[in-house]
Amino acid sequence: MSQAAQRSRYVLKRLLQAVPVVVAIVVVNFFLLQLAEGDAVDVLAGEAGSATPEYMAQLREKFGLDKPLLVQLGVYMKNMLTFDLGYSFRHDMPVAQLVLDRLMPTLLLMVSTITLAVGFGIVLGLIAASNLNKWRDNIISVFALVSYATPLFWVGLMMIVVFSLKLRWFPTSGMENVAMFYEGWDRVKDIAHHLVMPTLTLSLFYLALYTRLMRASMLEQASMDYVTTARAKGLTERRIVFVHILRNALLPVVTMAGVQVGSLIGGSVIVESVFAWPGLGMLAFEALFSRDLNLLLGIFLLSALLVVAINLVVDLLYSFLDPRIEVG
Amino acid sequence: MAFWRRFCRNRSAVIGLVILCLVILIAISASWLYPEDPFKLVGRAMSPPGENGFLFGSDTLGRDVAAGMAHGARVSLLIGLLATSVAVTLGVVLGALAGYFGGWIDDVLMRLTEMFQTIPSFIFAILIVAIMKPSINSVVLAIAVVSWPAVARLVRGEFMSMRNREFVQACHIIGMSDWRIMIREILPNCLSPIIVTGSLMVATAILIESGLAFLGLGDPNIISWGFQIGAGRTVLRSAWWVCTFPGIAIMLTVLAINLVGEGLNDALNPRLRERT
Repeated sequence: MSQAAQRSRYVLKRLLQAVPVVVAIVVVNFFLLQLAEGDAVDVLAGEAGSATPEYMAQLREKFGLDKPLLVQLGVYMKNMLTFDLGYSFRHDMPVAQLVLDRLMPTLLLMVSTITLAVGFGIVLGLIAASNLNKWRDNIISVFALVSYATPLFWVGLMMIVVFSLKLRWFPTSGMENVAMFYEGWDRVKDIAHHLVMPTLTLSLFYLALYTRLMRASMLEQASMDYVTTARAKGLTERRIVFVHILRNALLPVVTMAGVQVGSLIGGSVIVESVFAWPGLGMLAFEALFSRDLNLLLGIFLLSALLVVAINLVVDLLYSFLDPRIEVG
Repeated sequence: MAFWRRFCRNRSAVIGLVILCLVILIAISASWLYPEDPFKLVGRAMSPPGENGFLFGSDTLGRDVAAGMAHGARVSLLIGLLATSVAVTLGVVLGALAGYFGGWIDDVLMRLTEMFQTIPSFIFAILIVAIMKPSINSVVLAIAVVSWPAVARLVRGEFMSMRNREFVQACHIIGMSDWRIMIREILPNCLSPIIVTGSLMVATAILIESGLAFLGLGDPNIISWGFQIGAGRTVLRSAWWVCTFPGIAIMLTVLAINLVGEGLNDALNPRLRERT
């Protein structure tokens, strides 16, 4: 079989493996909805102010809420298949549209965070590993330990106090200065300016994680036989570290980057609500406040799908990076 | 004691233990240090730290930040311990079943574990608390539900590696029941990694709890560090101390527990060095 065909078979296999996970998530979603006090009709009635019991029963029949649970589950799954996530009465919009509108800012925040955390994590881990147990290594280790223990929202608030309120370097909230009507390049610069603090805040924890991982991974690789061989060949230490060890040490970091996406989305709920960044997390925070359960479930579903998708991409990326991994 | 000596060899673990003991001491003596209800308005609002008799200042309504922190220490430790015990129990039971019996039980339980590891855990926790209404019970349950998979995987691995050992085969031969073998024979042999993972989970649980409380999902009747920070964020501009000190408390506590956890790791099983 040709390599391309093998690869597409692998992609297909991984896609099929993702299906049961997605189905399970939808089922969990459905039962969470069942657990909640009151149903869609109660919400509707609440919004309308008052409704007679007869009218509510009529509505329940119309929405199929009087059917057995399994039938309702079937209908729910069918709706999910067409990405019909229900209706948000607070925003007066379909949940799917609301959620998709807010997806881009969150993706922007996540991409910049992962880039920063992985990039600097690799550099710091490298520095720590090549200065083992010297002051540089110790400082980096202490930094990693402290970042591990600090709640994200607190970091965000403290950054606001120092960099926004005292030094006035960065804006406290939002994604762009809407009142300025920037266009083109100016708008990009404005958004980048707003992006700095949320990204720094969200990346701190992951920076610590990748630094520790990179350090451990470098140390592990450094004791391998191929390093001894390279040294015996008379290669310079520089070349050994940057060409031979680094490449192999990167693999666990890439895997971890994929695994952490789920918790990154969770972290973005907190960071976005601290900095009023108009993404999914901020939407979740608003949904919490307005008790908009449908919307919250929609966000949960979309973020779970996002994790599944990103894990898939990372797996594929991994198989490109490391040819030893069986693709067939 | 050999264990204690090995623990003390790790200097940072000892520092962690000292900090942790201080936090526990403050939590225990909270109602003696600050007998008043921490929600009570006790003085001038927005007093800076050190003024009007407030060690860490007062908040927008004139509540004592330091009193809230002392009482909050109880909540954080309590929820951290409770959530971890529930999660560890759940994880040990499921992991032990999967690892000991293997076959389809293992398949089903591992798929379940994988699914729980895939879904974004913090959002899942938010959903659970929001649906069940915020209370200590719902917060504990939510944290436990999102943190058991790590324990289950660990215990499964341990049980799998032990189930074919000679001492287990010997137990089979003398006619011991599966339950007895699992609980009396195998479980005690994999206690140390469980203790290490559990201790680190307490730290994570405290962080999750503070995040939930910050978003307004804490039990409304008890004060907690996350709640204090969440309530103080609106006055960040004029009263930075309301948010700052409870945050430092969270950081120190979590740091201390992490250090103790790593010390336990070194002391209990020198093999398992890397924490993932």
